[in-house]
Amino acid sequence: MENRPQIDEKLKNEVSKQGIVVTSLQEIYNWGRRSSIWPMQFGLACCAIEMIAAAAARYDMARFGSEVFRSSPRQADLMIVAGTVTKKMAPLVVRLYNQMADPKYVIAMGACAISGGPFKDGYNVLKGIDRYIPVDVYISGCPPRPEALLHALIELQHKIDGQQLTGPSRAEFLDPEQPSEFPIPALGKHDLEPPANTALFRPPSIQRD
Amino acid sequence: MPVDTNIADPYLFLIVFIGVAVAFPLIPLALAWLWRRFLQPPKPGESKNAIYECGLESSGPARVQFRARYHLYCIIFLIFDVEAIFLVPFAVAFTGLPVGAFVAILVFLVLLVEGLVWAWSNGCLSWRN
Repeated sequence: MENRPQIDEKLKNEVSKQGIVVTSLQEIYNWGRRSSIWPMQFGLACCAIEMIAAAAARYDMARFGSEVFRSSPRQADLMIVAGTVTKKMAPLVVRLYNQMADPKYVIAMGACAISGGPFKDGYNVLKGIDRYIPVDVYISGCPPRPEALLHALIELQHKIDGQQLTGPSRAEFLDPEQPSEFPIPALGKHDLEPPANTALFRPPSIQRD
Repeated sequence: MPVDTNIADPYLFLIVFIGVAVAFPLIPLALAWLWRRFLQPPKPGESKNAIYECGLESSGPARVQFRARYHLYCIIFLIFDVEAIFLVPFAVAFTGLPVGAFVAILVFLVLLVEGLVWAWSNGCLSWRN
């Protein structure tokens, strides 16, 4: 983990045994953020059914502070790309990601969101959403079970816990150089234009004899 | 009756209460503003500032007017919706009803059907631009 606490870990443990809690602004800030990750209410295909199940009573995403599915990207912290992204839907996904307020995170849920999954060879299916938006956590599965989504959420919480607020390795949303928006692809004559956002992903060039 | 002399002013509590009520939401808002002002770089952009329309590019102005004609449909729908609520218990208790109740519900139905005929003949059910 990149996180370097300002206070010695052993001393912190020793003090906490005496009933004194020592913390830093960074820890409190990250604790607050990771305990209230609001996902966007946004399902693309069958994975969305598992996402709904994860939010419902049996799996109860509310235990992790993420039950508040927002219907507007302005209020959401997390985009769960739940399902097959078609080329017609890809511009909308990217625009919704752009419209979210920083800091924002993306979970690519299921084989389709990662790579196109079983529909990879289809003419209309995107070969992975990470060609257009930066993905924080990938979950395999077709579809992943609700437990897997909860696991991804916990992994994302770990990531947020480790994010630095200052210094050269600070989080992306605190770095003025890092982009908050990515180019929106348009449906061209044959394929999406551009085929990938060059800042994130360059498609491999095909070598023909 | 003994008066509690510990309270300096009975309204002091209210003043403190109002002060806390104002400060409680203002402190987080101020902290968020300070955070945005000094720590987090603002990153506005073309699509971030655009109107939210489910990810589509928004078309036309956000404020549109609905026709008043739609209002008529709403009212007529509401009346017959309520009629359906009354008809369900009528149908359930149909075999055990006395004559008076049966006649009463028929009168109720006749009144509504009459209203429907009136609305229909006045052209309220046909959509005209």
